[in-house]
Formats: sequence, structure tokens, C-alpha cells
Amino acid sequence: MEYLLVQILNGVQLGLLMFLLAAGLTLTLGIMDLVNLAHGSLYMMGAYLAWTFIGWTDSFVLGVLLALPATFALGVVLEMVVMRRLYARTHLDHVLATFGLILFFNELVRVIWGPAGKSIAVPPFLANTVEILPGVPYPAYRFALIVAGGVVALLLAWLVARTRMGMLIRAGASNRRMIGALGVNIELLFSLVFGLGAVFAGLAGTIAAPIGSVKIGMGDDILILALVIIVIGGIGSIKGAFVAAMLVGQIDIFGRTYLADLLKLFMGPASASAAAPAISQVLVYVLMAGVLVWRPTGLFGQRS
Amino acid sequence: MKGTLFGAAAIAALAFGLQPVMAQESIKIGFVSTFSGSQAAIGEDMRRSVDLAVEHLGGKIAGKKIEIVYEDDQFKPDVGKARSEKLVQQDKVNFIAGYIWSNVLLASLKTVTDEGDTILISANAGPSQIAGELCNKNFFSTSWQNDQTPMAMGDYLNTKGVKSLYVVGPNYAAGKDMLAGVKRTYKGTIAGEDYTKWPDQLDFSAELTKIAAAKPGGIFIFYPGAHGVQFVKQWVQAGLNKTVPLYQVFSIDAITLPQQGDLALGTLGAQEWVNDLPNEQNKKYVADFKKKYNVYPSYYGAQSYDSIMLIASAAEALKGDLSNKDKVRAEMKKANFKSLRGDFKFANNNFPIQNFYIQETVKDAGGMVTVKTIDTAVKAATDPYADKCAMK
Repeated sequence: MEYLLVQILNGVQLGLLMFLLAAGLTLTLGIMDLVNLAHGSLYMMGAYLAWTFIGWTDSFVLGVLLALPATFALGVVLEMVVMRRLYARTHLDHVLATFGLILFFNELVRVIWGPAGKSIAVPPFLANTVEILPGVPYPAYRFALIVAGGVVALLLAWLVARTRMGMLIRAGASNRRMIGALGVNIELLFSLVFGLGAVFAGLAGTIAAPIGSVKIGMGDDILILALVIIVIGGIGSIKGAFVAAMLVGQIDIFGRTYLADLLKLFMGPASASAAAPAISQVLVYVLMAGVLVWRPTGLFGQRS
Repeated sequence: MKGTLFGAAAIAALAFGLQPVMAQESIKIGFVSTFSGSQAAIGEDMRRSVDLAVEHLGGKIAGKKIEIVYEDDQFKPDVGKARSEKLVQQDKVNFIAGYIWSNVLLASLKTVTDEGDTILISANAGPSQIAGELCNKNFFSTSWQNDQTPMAMGDYLNTKGVKSLYVVGPNYAAGKDMLAGVKRTYKGTIAGEDYTKWPDQLDFSAELTKIAAAKPGGIFIFYPGAHGVQFVKQWVQAGLNKTVPLYQVFSIDAITLPQQGDLALGTLGAQEWVNDLPNEQNKKYVADFKKKYNVYPSYYGAQSYDSIMLIASAAEALKGDLSNKDKVRAEMKKANFKSLRGDFKFANNNFPIQNFYIQETVKDAGGMVTVKTIDTAVKAATDPYADKCAMK
């Protein structure tokens, strides 16, 4: 029972991390109609910037707090310099240009920080484990990650549902041309939305760093999963991204935890342990295919 | 008119002047490794060691200039194959060395050894296929066969009396060989076995939770480079370092330790080469490497250094004449060079027969975290696939 609880928490934690990354992606794709493969690069830049700021300030919290406005600024600049020129073009051009950006950022990081990865230590007050139930330890940092991720998700929900900017974001997701026609400053809105997406990606990269390492291309690995999540959730929907990220987190952990045992009921232990990793790797894609058959625009996507 | 004349002159210069000079005066070695992306640090260590080997040779083998052509496999089998093809077809190199990843090597092998009839020296990857049925006269290894290092670890765990072991590794060619290797010699109970998605799984929370529930006597991992950093960090964060000791191959080394730091202290691993092996050539290599780059070299680097020295020994013996491939192969097979690991002989499948050591993660006198030898796990070991190879 405790084992199951810990695994569910692992899924929630993974899901929240994915949500932070997917939120920005779904905003840019849904509202700006921009395919941004370089979203993972913002995740990486966030982590590298945080590493630098933590080095300067000697404080994890301060470093992270400084990295957020820095990634926001980076996002806004990127939008003004590159992305703005892409809106009128086809999706294929977006893919080409943003793929180029991935190469650019990977090389930039190599030039500035070198090819070896960097390490962000867990802040000392979170280095140990906490007991979520008596006798059930859980890594304190991962627990803090769940709390922080949850708070950020609530903040984002409030921003989208209750503020004027959120109203424009939702309107933009529904009908981009109409809000332009109504006299909303689309350019400013797009810059802000892109910057916002960058902040969430940077935050995800930063808080994921102490679990893993800060390395070149760290965002490229995780971007595919983020794309799967926004497709499942429905492009442009923050709620969809959240639900899908939670689903994907649980399914991923479930596959890695129980699938081998489950398969042993049907086949020999040797073939079960050989098949389990292969199947658990494709489970999320099976989920995506299933959702798309059932609802072609995703769980919370706009029906056309 | 002027342009045409100049062009003709240039072509003439190329045809009669430069080309023959290049062909005769240099020995060309292609070196394939990962120089970009998340595993670039490994490739960098190898490149540094190759450069150091060239420096120690005085830039020349048998009076001919050494020319190294580096190619980046981008950590992808298809790119590695294309780069290898380019080295054979376009650069017409005399030898190709390098290859960190078993899947990249397997993808590239035939292009080099069969279609290109070029000698390939693996400075790291050692997939079981090439050691057994697919063994190849144009293939030599200055590293090991994948199963061997974990087999040494398994032997050591037996003598240490570790009762049960949870084994974890990535789901690709080398990961399967490594886990098969440790299970081949380890006599205790296997408490659990997990293969994780390679290379994009970075979160090990589910696996660590399973390990915590299984309460094994030890964890065995194979996670090279960046992935080793992740696993060790998460193992400590989960508090498992206090209850379950970590035994590893290729997961804690000079590449990963700058990031793992104190978290890795006290962990044990198996390796065929350690920076403190007490032979003269190794002392010189490690000292010069540290002087030049301010860090310790890794086994990736040592094996790369050896690959260049092996080539040099064969080419020296033939006085630089590499035209007869049979003679070159025969000279290579003699392994008449001073390996950084000490004694070095080839088995029938052209993989080394060698010792494996147990290393512990410690702090050196200067406070830098590194590994040191604490025991010899096995002596003069031949890999378990050699008898499946038809070569003599």
C-alpha cells in the first residue's frame, strides 16, 4: 500500500514537471500557431542560467528566482528577433527554423559553459528524506517539487481563468483573427505569451536539474514527451495539458513498476522481463493514439 | 583568361605536387566518437588522450606525419555509420579508431571492415556479437568485451558475500550485455532486474522505489556518462545510500565524478584500467594528462591512447609501409606495445586478455574526487564469447 502511494507520488512529480514544460508549448502552439521545437532549448537555458546564478549568489532559491526573469527576457528577445518572422509562414518553416535554433543553443552552451555537464546540488534543507507516512520515506526534494509544481499550476490556472491577460489567451486559443480584429495588441500579447512559455520551460529545467544534470541537449530528450502531452490534452488548453501530463506521469511510472509482473501472468518470466521495457516505452504513445481516435482534437481541444 | 591559367596551374599543382606528398608522407587515422550533445564530455576525454598520444610519439610514426581526422557520431548509430563511411571512402584513412557506443559500432562495423577493408580499433565499445560469431579479422579492441567488466564485478561480489543484488541498466545492446555479464558470474539471488529507456529516460524514481521495496544486499548499475550522474544523485536523494550499497561499471569515472562529487564516495566499481596502475607508461600518461588538462583521465581516454599506440607499433614494425593489409593485421595481432594497463595480449577474437581491478571512489591528496585500485578481481581474463569465434 505504501509502495503504491510512493509510486503514485513519483507519477505526480513526473507529471508536474512535464506539465511545466508542456504548458508553454501548448500556449505557443495553440495561441500563436507556432511549432516551437526549440522549447526544449529554453528548458536547457533555464537550467544553465540557474547554475550560473546559483554560483554567483551561493543560494539555490536566489539562483532560481534570478533565472526566471532571465529566461523570460530570453524568450521575449527570441520572439522579437526570430519567431515574429515566422508567423506568416508554414509549419514546415517553423520546424526548420526552430530546429536550427536547437542546434544554435546547443552550440552556444558548448561555447559558453563547455561540453561537460554541470551539476546543481540539492539545497541542504531538502537533501534528506521526509516521511510522508510514518515509516515511508520520500526524497524531500521531490516532495518540494510536487508542492512547488502544484502551486505554479494553480497560479497558471488563476492567470488563465481570472485575469485579463488570461482572457486574451483563451480568446486567442479560440480564434486568433477575431481578437486581432477587436483591436488587441497581438504583437505584445504574443511576446508576453512566448516569454511566459519560456519562463515555465526554464523553471522546469531549473527544478529538474538537481535530480539529474545540467547538460547540452537536456531539453531535446524531454520535448517529445511534452509534444505527446499537448496533443493528448488538446492544443492550446492549459487544463488539457495538466490532465494529460498527470495521465502520462502515472502511465509511465505504472509501466515501469507493474508491467513486468503483469506480463508474467500471461507469459514466461524471461519473455515478460524482455517485453516489459519495450512495451512500457510505447504505452504513452498508445494512449495518445487511443485519445486521438476517440477525440481527434485531444481531451480538451477546440472542436472544429 | 588569367583565371583559367591560374585554375590550370592550381590543378597541376594539386595533381603533381600536393597529392603524392599527402599520400606518402602521412599516416591517416580516423577517430569516431561523440563530440556534441549530452555525452560530448566522453568524446572530449578521448580526443585529449589521442592528442597526447600523438604528442608522445613526436607527431610521427616511422618518420611519417600522423594525421588524425575526428568525426562526431552525435551519439546516433546512423550518423556514426555515415561518418565512418566518409572516413573510408573520402578521406581514405589507414585506420579507424574510437567508438564509445556498442550500437554505433555495430551499425558502422561492416562499412569499415568489409566494404572498406579498413582496420577498425574499438577504443571502448565491445558488443558480444563482434566477440563471437561476427568476429572479424579487421577488428581489434583496446578495451574489453561488454560482459567482462560486470563479470569481474560479479566475481568480487561473491567473495564479498553480497547475498542479493538488484540489477539496473539501459535497454540497448551494451546494457543487455552488461547485465548478462554480472548475472553470469554472480552467485547470489537476483532481487530484481530493470531495463530503462535509452537514452532519454532520466528519472529513476520508479526503479529506486522498487529497489527500496525489494531491500537487496546491493544495487548493480551500468549507466555511462550523463546517465550515471543522474542515477547516483537520485540514489542518494532517495536515502538509499544509507541502506543499499551501489556497485557499478562505467557509471562513476573521471567524466562523471566532477558532477557526482562527494555523493559517489565509497562506491565500488570494476575496471580494466585505473589511473593509479603502477607501470611507467601509465604514470607518464596520467601525469602529463593532469598537467595539460588539470583533470584526471578516464578509461575512455586510456583506451583511446592505447589504440593509437597499437597502430604506431604495427606501423613502426613495417617501417610505415601499410600497403600489405595481411602484414599490418599480423603486426597488430602481436600487440607489441606498452599498454597503459600493463600486460596486453590479444585472444583469438582480437579482444584483449587482461586483468580487471576493483576501484573505490576516494578523495586524492588535493581534495579532488577520483578512483583508486583496491583489489584485483580477475587475472588474465578472456571474454566468454571467444570460443564462438572462428578465427585462430
